Amino acid sequence: MAKLITNLNGLELKNPVLTASGTFGYGLEFEDFIDLNDLGGFIVKGTTLNHREGNPYPRMAETASGMLNAVGLQNKGVKYFIDNIYPKIRDKQTNILVNVSGSTIEDYIATAEKVNELDNIPGIELNISCPNVKEGGMTFGTNTKSASEVVNAVRKVYHKHLMVKLTPNVTSVIDIAKAVEGAGADSVSLINTVLGMSVNAKTRKPDLSTITGGLSGPCIKPIALRMVWEVAHAVNIPTVGLGGIMNAMDAIEFLLVGASAIQVGTANFIRPNITTSIIKGIDKYLDDNNFSDVKDIIGLI
Amino acid sequence: MKKIIDFTVKQNNRINEDVFLLELFSEELPDILAGQFVNVKVNDSETTFLRRPISVHDVDYKKHLLYLLVKIVGEGTEKLSKLKKDELVNIILPLGNSFTIHKNSNCLLVGGGIGIAPLYHLSKDLYANGSKPDILIGVRSKLDVVLEEKFSKYANLYYTTEDGSYGEKGYPTNHSILKNKYDHIQCCGPLPMMKAIANYAYKNEIDCEVSLENTMACGIGACLCCVNDTKEGNKCVCTDGPIFNINTLKWQN
Repeated sequence: MAKLITNLNGLELKNPVLTASGTFGYGLEFEDFIDLNDLGGFIVKGTTLNHREGNPYPRMAETASGMLNAVGLQNKGVKYFIDNIYPKIRDKQTNILVNVSGSTIEDYIATAEKVNELDNIPGIELNISCPNVKEGGMTFGTNTKSASEVVNAVRKVYHKHLMVKLTPNVTSVIDIAKAVEGAGADSVSLINTVLGMSVNAKTRKPDLSTITGGLSGPCIKPIALRMVWEVAHAVNIPTVGLGGIMNAMDAIEFLLVGASAIQVGTANFIRPNITTSIIKGIDKYLDDNNFSDVKDIIGLI
Repeated sequence: MKKIIDFTVKQNNRINEDVFLLELFSEELPDILAGQFVNVKVNDSETTFLRRPISVHDVDYKKHLLYLLVKIVGEGTEKLSKLKKDELVNIILPLGNSFTIHKNSNCLLVGGGIGIAPLYHLSKDLYANGSKPDILIGVRSKLDVVLEEKFSKYANLYYTTEDGSYGEKGYPTNHSILKNKYDHIQCCGPLPMMKAIANYAYKNEIDCEVSLENTMACGIGACLCCVNDTKEGNKCVCTDGPIFNINTLKWQN
């Protein structure tokens, strides 16, 4: 039994396994399959200041070894979350992070301020990387100036752990990571989905109502690994790795390239109990390879 | 409570060219309501990444058997059609809401193509509650008529075929049986057919439920991919459905 505790700049996780926002609902959807308290933490669905209906159906297209989505941040707004969801999850014995998104900097600030009031939410994941909304989202995360502006503004009002989720749809993810580090981020998580497209040749139409969408699943893992490796070696804040993790070995690969923790995303759709086996699998790998502490493998590559 | 279970294939019978009936065994078989569905993992398929949501055709609790009536529509269902006796199939179940079981009522079930699959489970439950239903089934031709004898144990069957080779020629919406007075209609089939039946029900003020099958990723309300636009906004077909009363939908012409 190796030591699995990992530390994200003061935010202690009992193990390095988190779940990715948008793939895990509010955690409650998975309670028939896993004990949420076993997780290092879970990151709830992208939350915005006001209610959002999201994009029209169809919002999903299956691809080889993955899927495209164009959900578009459907959620009932931060007030609904605080009044109706938070009371149901606040007593879970794990770290619950809220993924915060917005169309304007003012939206991000207002949402972060409200989440800052919640005692049992030790951090937020600032989403500056959603590819499926017309305004905000990824537009903030694709250049260093706007990325540092939004992080700076939120940093002023948000006093707990500030994780910033980065998009892979940029020329240099290192530049963006350095910018958000400079603006006060406590950690960075990457990668959000890769902008993609799916077409039906029979109907000669795009599969998604929005034409383009975000690609996730094992097909993006090599891209994610490369970017996590680049960023982990370029910044001094912890990196949280995600992108196509389907099993414990995938998770370990991200730790090896420098991630201090990982997020499981699309795999939750196929095996809703996968996080439990990933935690066990990391533990077994460490034992089998004579590592007594998960920290000993972080950044070996 | 939802479970993830490895079922053992007991039988896999080809019913016709593209429809097969899977008989699956597990001691852990949970209670399943008519209209609920299961999410099936497909192994060894390059293009099938996600599970396949499939409606429940029948359940035998005494023998711990789950029956799925499936049409081959792509590589995923093609792989499932090749499952052999004693192979394992990983399934998440039971998922979604269920059809209303009306007691001592005059019920019409309408099935289009493979949409008849869940109507067997439903007609059994209705029959047990004193509501032996009429089932109106729309198919392309006589070759697509399946399991007629089995269905007729719990329901009175009526057919339409597009080529007129069996029952009345045309579509379910043209069938003469619609002249009868029904208290409830419950429907599963292609979207255009369900919309047409729904509009018949709106017009005649008949209570009507439909079973939707939007493409979905998780099946448990986490991904929000399978939403349907309703009068109350986007609703997940996997958890708020798959059964919707037409009064909640924006289908009225």
